[in-house]
Amino acid sequence: MLKLIIDIFLTFLRIGAFTFGGGYAMIPFIQTEIIDIHKWLTPQEFIDIIAIAEMTPGPIAVNSSTFAGYKIAGFWGSLAGTLGVILVCTILSALAGKYFFKFKDNRLLKALFKGIRPTVIVLIGSSVFSVGKVALLDIKSIGIAIVIFAALLKFKLHPILAVALSGIMGVMLFS
Amino acid sequence: MGKLFELFMVFFKIGAFTIGGGYAMVPLIQEEICSRKKWSSDEEFLDIIAIAQSLPGVLAVNTASILGYKLFGIPGVLAAVLGAVLPSFVIILVIAVFFAQFAKYKATELIFRGVRPAVASLMAFAVIKLGKKVGISGFNIAMGLLATVLLIFKLHPIIIITASGIIGIITEYWGGRSNAETDN
Repeated sequence: MLKLIIDIFLTFLRIGAFTFGGGYAMIPFIQTEIIDIHKWLTPQEFIDIIAIAEMTPGPIAVNSSTFAGYKIAGFWGSLAGTLGVILVCTILSALAGKYFFKFKDNRLLKALFKGIRPTVIVLIGSSVFSVGKVALLDIKSIGIAIVIFAALLKFKLHPILAVALSGIMGVMLFS
Repeated sequence: MGKLFELFMVFFKIGAFTIGGGYAMVPLIQEEICSRKKWSSDEEFLDIIAIAQSLPGVLAVNTASILGYKLFGIPGVLAAVLGAVLPSFVIILVIAVFFAQFAKYKATELIFRGVRPAVASLMAFAVIKLGKKVGISGFNIAMGLLATVLLIFKLHPIIIITASGIIGIITEYWGGRSNAETDN
């Protein structure tokens, strides 16, 4: 049992350490490790896990690691999966943050980020399109998007309220 | 300890109410960290996202770790990352133990169909807010257009971020005049 838990931890450590871009970029990697190499889960189980990871709050990569870990070895498996997937990136990010905040007034670093900022806005903007493509499917969903956008603009609606409100609208409009 | 708990709670909220992963957490972090707590400026937040995106792993966890370090060093990293991950862990565990059919419930599907369009609106709104902060200069528009073209050609985000950083440095040192100082 302990060997299995360590195995799960090391597998998710690898997944967390080598995928760039989080969430969706991680799914094929998790699939290869969990289904093809270790045969810990069936493809159908894996599809169910991804569906739930997408529908529940929180990072998709963390959700799917927790869930997969649980399916493989119960509570300790889920703990091993979660810790494994976040450990390397937490340490690397803290190190990167340390040097960034130390040198951020440096002319070179300032110039670097001056070039990068518009790009980050474009990257976030492009993900608006990819979310929009799967979210705005009919008049009702477009209506929800418009109402929420108007409320953000007009009343500075808090994001948490926006999520709660839209969930209620979903139940009212689609049932 | 009070401040650490506050940091933990902010990321706990972010972890508990972000649906969709990746950049979907941007609006909530921007609202909580930049607008309300004023722990970071909008510009610095964009820099942090660029760093988080350029490292392996989970975007929300990377962002939590960088901001946590900025505010309170290593204890800050632990508080922020734990806050960001704990809601996921608990919610998934509860679902795995009690509601294995979660994704197949009618109510879940209805809520999810309502929330997804709102996530698109929230993200669009955050893009506008951050875009205003960065400012509409000739340089920024040119960089934005270049990034858009590179994205259309399906270049990896890390390559696009690296390329735009190099261009930022080249334009800064071209002719020796300090753009980073004067344009901001």
